[in-house]
Amino acid sequence: MNQKHQDTKAPAVEYLDSSSTDSVPGTLEGFHKQLQLLPPYRWLSQAIAGSGISARGLLIATPYLWLLLFFLAPFLIVLKISFSEYAIAQPPYTALFEWVDDIYIQVKLNLENYQLLYEDSLYWRAYLNSVKIAGISTLLALLVGYPLAYGMTRAPRHWRLALLMLVILPFWTSFLIRVYAWIGILKKEGLLNLLLLNLGVIDQPLTVMNTDIAVYIGIVYSYLPFMVLPLYASLEKMDDSLLEAAADLGCRPIKSFWQITFPISIHGVIAGCFLVFIPALGEFVIPDLLGGSGTLMIGKTLWAEFFSNRDWPLSSAVAVVLLLILVVPIVAFQKMQEKDKVA
Amino acid sequence: MNKGLSWFTWSALIVGFSFLYLPIILLILFSFNESKLVTVWGGFSTKWYVELFNNQGLMNAAWVTLKVAFVSSTVATLLGTMSGVMLTRFGSFRGRTLFSGMIYAPLVMPEVITGLSLLLMFVAISWDRGFATVTIAHITFSMCYVAVVVQSRLATFDHSIEEAAMDLGCPPGRTFFAITLPIILPAVVSGWLLSFTLSLDDLVIASFTTGPGATTLPMKIYSQVRLGVTPEINAVSTILVGLVAVGVLVASVISRRSEANRLRDERLAVAET
Repeated sequence: MNQKHQDTKAPAVEYLDSSSTDSVPGTLEGFHKQLQLLPPYRWLSQAIAGSGISARGLLIATPYLWLLLFFLAPFLIVLKISFSEYAIAQPPYTALFEWVDDIYIQVKLNLENYQLLYEDSLYWRAYLNSVKIAGISTLLALLVGYPLAYGMTRAPRHWRLALLMLVILPFWTSFLIRVYAWIGILKKEGLLNLLLLNLGVIDQPLTVMNTDIAVYIGIVYSYLPFMVLPLYASLEKMDDSLLEAAADLGCRPIKSFWQITFPISIHGVIAGCFLVFIPALGEFVIPDLLGGSGTLMIGKTLWAEFFSNRDWPLSSAVAVVLLLILVVPIVAFQKMQEKDKVA
Repeated sequence: MNKGLSWFTWSALIVGFSFLYLPIILLILFSFNESKLVTVWGGFSTKWYVELFNNQGLMNAAWVTLKVAFVSSTVATLLGTMSGVMLTRFGSFRGRTLFSGMIYAPLVMPEVITGLSLLLMFVAISWDRGFATVTIAHITFSMCYVAVVVQSRLATFDHSIEEAAMDLGCPPGRTFFAITLPIILPAVVSGWLLSFTLSLDDLVIASFTTGPGATTLPMKIYSQVRLGVTPEINAVSTILVGLVAVGVLVASVISRRSEANRLRDERLAVAET
């Protein structure tokens, strides 16, 4: 192969060729070499290698077009449909643009959906409640996650990687299953009540399932890794000698925590809070499975509007407003990250 | 001061990790429960696993889910790796800001919105929903995760190795396969695994974008969970958790070994000069 280029070979290519004879089979370069025996692969790789510029263009175009087509375009369609009217048809909404006499395009911008979101208290209460539930859950996650992250950085060095893995592992396991696991614990005849009743702590089973409390527990549990990882990263960089110096000078541990440790970890605290708050705001599965009928959250409202009421224009409007609400924390987070990079 | 662990550290670690793991452990434990009642221990039994494999609906859904996950994670890894390389190595190209925006936005986008928007588009172009549409939806959000993972790996290794190869006349495509790809391979592999588990796990986006005949396992689990806790679902969950745990462990062993190999090679290279 490559006979034609034999004499014009550049030194690096020559080196690679010579080393490939004794290169371990199974490595990627060896695999690449073996594949070269197949004409289509050879042509493709030669075509790509031969034309640096067009390959670059091709490389940029593929993922770019994909995202334009399947991320940006769908979103513009949501925006469009949010301005149309509900209709009993297939699909269930009216057209935004209409040809009149084949000359004019008539644009019917229907603002009723947005007006309804503003006027019907159900919707803005759902938005406010989502912010409240996400906010409280974020604080609770900080309260649970901080000691854990702190404990991890105090653990012996050779434990830390394993502990880190243990924090990340639940993130890989199914979200749905982790939420489901709590149903068996929290329900009326569940394991928590069973334990507390047997211990004699309570004599009436607690009602936790299908309340906001269950939703808090679910969110804290599901998003805890997002809180712990940035906290751990910021706490690990801390120099122990600072605390030792403070102790030598007679500073009490609690005071030195607030004076030294917490300020050092503040970036981790903020990052962790954003990483929990943002996904919790639009959460659907947790309020739906653990929350009750009184648990209003906007993700649930959107789902019901779409699947139960089949009001596509209204659910599109709900989605647009939810995104506008999300833009605030997301932009704030981005700004903060950029500032950190500069500092 | 740092002799041994203080009581505070111990209790923080024990409480924190029990909170993270106890629910999963209980779930696994009760999947081996003889009794139909989930909270009453009726002795050890594997009958729910047997029942599970006889449940045709669940098995079909599992098969659909595995197919979707495999195809979508493979395509997503390809597109995501390309995107990661573009973002770190191509300097500024036209529309770069828009592109990086489109890479990061799906990561923070609520699933209900992603699902809704894709569905509305598939309806608008009257594309019948089913296996293909779910797969496309999963590729779209997974490739962004892969891009971020690959990008962070590319950002940490020395660009001058690639420049050296190209200075010596190695064409860019070849440089990528000979130098760049082997170095970022651990990131590519973990990107693939991440996409696979994300796809395996997704309920919301699949519910929006799927059609008749392409019900995924999470959708099946969800509809049963709404009716209550069953030992059968515990058994499915246990299998899924087990698969993921084994996958993550294998991946971490592979990545640690490849890292060790790379360090050894680098040391050898330095010693030879």
